[in-house]
Amino acid sequence: MSFTDYLLLFSGMGLVTYLPRWFPLFHLAHRRLPQWLIDWLSLIPVAILSALLAPILFVDTQPRCLHIGKLELLVAIPTLIFALKSRSMGATVLVGMLLYWVGGLFF
Amino acid sequence: MQQDSHSNRPFSDHTKPEHWFRQGAAASWPICLGYFPVGLAFGALAQQAGLPVWAVGLMSILVFAGSAQFIALAMLTTGAGIVSIILTTMVVNLRHALMSSSLAVYLQGVNRWFLALFAYGITDESFAVNISRFRNEDWGRWQALAVNHLSNCAWVAATLCGSLIGQFIPQGTLGMDYAMTGMFISLVGSQLQNRISILTGLLAGLISIAWYLLIPGDSYIIGASVGGATMGYFIKRRTRNRI
Repeated sequence: MSFTDYLLLFSGMGLVTYLPRWFPLFHLAHRRLPQWLIDWLSLIPVAILSALLAPILFVDTQPRCLHIGKLELLVAIPTLIFALKSRSMGATVLVGMLLYWVGGLFF
Repeated sequence: MQQDSHSNRPFSDHTKPEHWFRQGAAASWPICLGYFPVGLAFGALAQQAGLPVWAVGLMSILVFAGSAQFIALAMLTTGAGIVSIILTTMVVNLRHALMSSSLAVYLQGVNRWFLALFAYGITDESFAVNISRFRNEDWGRWQALAVNHLSNCAWVAATLCGSLIGQFIPQGTLGMDYAMTGMFISLVGSQLQNRISILTGLLAGLISIAWYLLIPGDSYIIGASVGGATMGYFIKRRTRNRI
């Protein structure tokens, strides 16, 4: 592909990525939000995080099938306990990485 | 319009920019740590797919979206057209509209130029870090902006490194593959504040798994988060009415 092709492709991708990130902020930050919307939006973060995380812990990717007992899940349990006790994200990430690395040597 | 009109959440205007930057950096280093292996992998794959180094950098700067960039790369190698890659990117990244909406609650009345600059850096990871901080502690928009843009720098640097040297680094070094998962676990932990949030998380996780197994593509993220949050919202309303 030529420079122009790449530029066209990446600009297009950039635009369709930017618009959903920008428009709701632009639109919602300057009006009074109804209480039901605030209540609903307050549940969105935990829902998005769980939706991102659950397949990583419980599902094999290729092909997609349920797999209880993945190393990711076994490591996640002590990592979550550590996260709840320590409340430190940096330390939690390091503990998770260490356990996953050690687990990988035995699994 | 008055700036920073969020009355019960005073922005720390007395503190210096270096202070905001330091707080932002302290909050964003786990993101940068997590981006590194992913960015290296992306750069290495892009290099194998024949993308020049400048194209990798240009893509990371203009798009800044991990999963969409991987998908675009896969589509490029199978010879997909520009329009279909752009449309796929749009679908994959629509989920950020939900994150942007949640962040709007904490950026009420903020200047539109700031919002335009801030929006560029909204990713799954920066959103998760910022929303937890906004909710749990004194967190201002400048710290949040620093998180967004430091993460972006790390992503661009990591993908560039990957396209230069990625082929020489073995996969899975030091458990790096788990950095992002570890971050999500810690963030889920910080969001579990009451019964409704725990229930919402469980529902969203269950829907996500089922959706992921049954429907190809990435729609499970939007489907499960909207589904889980909506169910959680109605359960919260019903229990509140009963008491």
